Amino acid sequence: MSTLVVYLVCTRDTAELARAAVDGGADVIEIGFPFSDPLADGPIIREATHTALEQGMGTRACLEALAETRSAVDVPLVPMTYASLLEARGYERFAADARDAGASSLIVADLPVDLHPEVKRVHLVAPTTPAERLADAGRTTDGWLYLVSRTGITGPRAEVSEQLPALAARAREVTQVPLYAGFGISSPEQAAEVAALVDGVIVGSAAVERAGRGGPGALNEYVASLRSAIDEVALGSRA
Amino acid sequence: MSVTAESFFGAYGGRYVPEVLVPALDELERGWAEVRGDATFRRELEDALTTYAGRPTPISRAAGLDPTRRIYLKREDLCHTGAHKINNALGQALLARFLGKRRIVAETGAGQHGVAVAAACARVGLECEIYMGATDVERQRPNVERIELLGGKLRPVEHGAGTLREAISEAIRDWVANVETTHYLIGSCVGPHPYPKLVAELQSVIGREARGQILEAEGRLPDAVIACVGGGSNAIGLFEAFLGDEGVELIGVEAAGAASLGEGRPVVLHGARTLALADDDGQVEDAHSVAAGLDYPGVGPQHAELRDSGRASYITVDDEQALSAFRFLSRSEGIIPALESAHAVAAALQRDDELVVVGLSGRGDKDLGVVAR
Repeated sequence: MSTLVVYLVCTRDTAELARAAVDGGADVIEIGFPFSDPLADGPIIREATHTALEQGMGTRACLEALAETRSAVDVPLVPMTYASLLEARGYERFAADARDAGASSLIVADLPVDLHPEVKRVHLVAPTTPAERLADAGRTTDGWLYLVSRTGITGPRAEVSEQLPALAARAREVTQVPLYAGFGISSPEQAAEVAALVDGVIVGSAAVERAGRGGPGALNEYVASLRSAIDEVALGSRA
Repeated sequence: MSVTAESFFGAYGGRYVPEVLVPALDELERGWAEVRGDATFRRELEDALTTYAGRPTPISRAAGLDPTRRIYLKREDLCHTGAHKINNALGQALLARFLGKRRIVAETGAGQHGVAVAAACARVGLECEIYMGATDVERQRPNVERIELLGGKLRPVEHGAGTLREAISEAIRDWVANVETTHYLIGSCVGPHPYPKLVAELQSVIGREARGQILEAEGRLPDAVIACVGGGSNAIGLFEAFLGDEGVELIGVEAAGAASLGEGRPVVLHGARTLALADDDGQVEDAHSVAAGLDYPGVGPQHAELRDSGRASYITVDDEQALSAFRFLSRSEGIIPALESAHAVAAALQRDDELVVVGLSGRGDKDLGVVAR
């Protein structure tokens, strides 16, 4: 059965939203610690990030929200952020503080595989990543590998990336760790399509948008629709 | 390749980018290493700089600024398209063609880089899209019209403060999505490795010329070399030739509201570890300057290292001082400087070195609207 990862921008409502997502069937929650200049993010996450910063979601507030979420749900929680936050706090201190607040791992969007190896984290690989770097990422990643399904930024797209099958196949060749794919996945149909290719599906912008517009209820409903689409793939493959 | 000591200036620089961009940066680094020594490429670039951009640019003694001192202006304002930006734009456009890219994306602040890129793309035969913050689109209207006339597609960036910082982020996002067909023609010595080195090398022609010209005019090296610093490309271009001349003081001039070297702290911004205006958490803050080209909260990593090593020092000039130098140079020398360059002129006027070279990075036609307000 495929893992469903749901990304939320860290706010004071994160614990409540995470509970709604987990009740809907999320297996892992990524919590985006906002950064002022998020290069890998499209308009939806960028705007949510901007709002969160205006509401005072600096590192300390995010760690508090993380701890609160930790006591609200029992799935792995993975902060996702940008290197500048780690630079300011100290790389190892940031990682330790996140762990103490309940993080299972960490994702840093602008820290390539070869920088700061002392920070154990989930690595991202992209369709453009050459074999050697893919192997390095697979060897050093923390638990699973994040496949960036397209050369592009975050945000919903009409179709699942045509680049994903080849990337998944190349990653399979060099690593045994589970492969979770994200970027551009929003509808249940797309989630099902991706679940047939890899071990997990990551949904970001679309979840942020639902949570922003309709709160925990809308998020719960949306996640549940993804969950059932993914589970049908598993049933189908078993039959 | 990827992460080597080569990619850093001391503790600054590096390559802090989404993994998707790493191969493109490797490709750029390899491509540049290949062409920079290639005789055909060198000849083509030399030819473009001479017969198209109008190099070499002269140095002009500005006796009217202070008759008791010998202040020379390095006249990048006389370059085609009106600023030093064309040196880098032509070099990278030729490099992009060598790499087989058909499309260029770029950011622009004051619009000078946008105009230079649009012109270079028109000449070299490349598609061109320019990201420009909405605030800058308003305050640098003449350059917007020039970019469009030259065939560049202008993409206004509405979010944030609508300045250079957002324009760079948006150009990088475009590049991330189109990395296989597109070259990102960055305009300053900022961004991930190899950009800061590439841009510094393409701009170093400014200092090489100026050093030879001042020796010829005065028979000695200057006491000080002064240039304005936003991202810092004209300053690094002017400084490079003098780095080994210990007696020559190197002075960078930041806008008072954008003093990344004066008040900044280490952050990761636009792909590099550098200094920027930021809070305790590493969140980058807005800068302010009347000069759009200096209105940037970060700075090129090489300047951060030059500050730490003490080889260069960095001071600030505020909007009023820059505006007053803008008017003074216009009246005393008949040269209308870019507001950015006016910061360097203002700094030169505050000092008493006897022999000085000031980087006049661009001309001020684009600023008439701003100054009138």
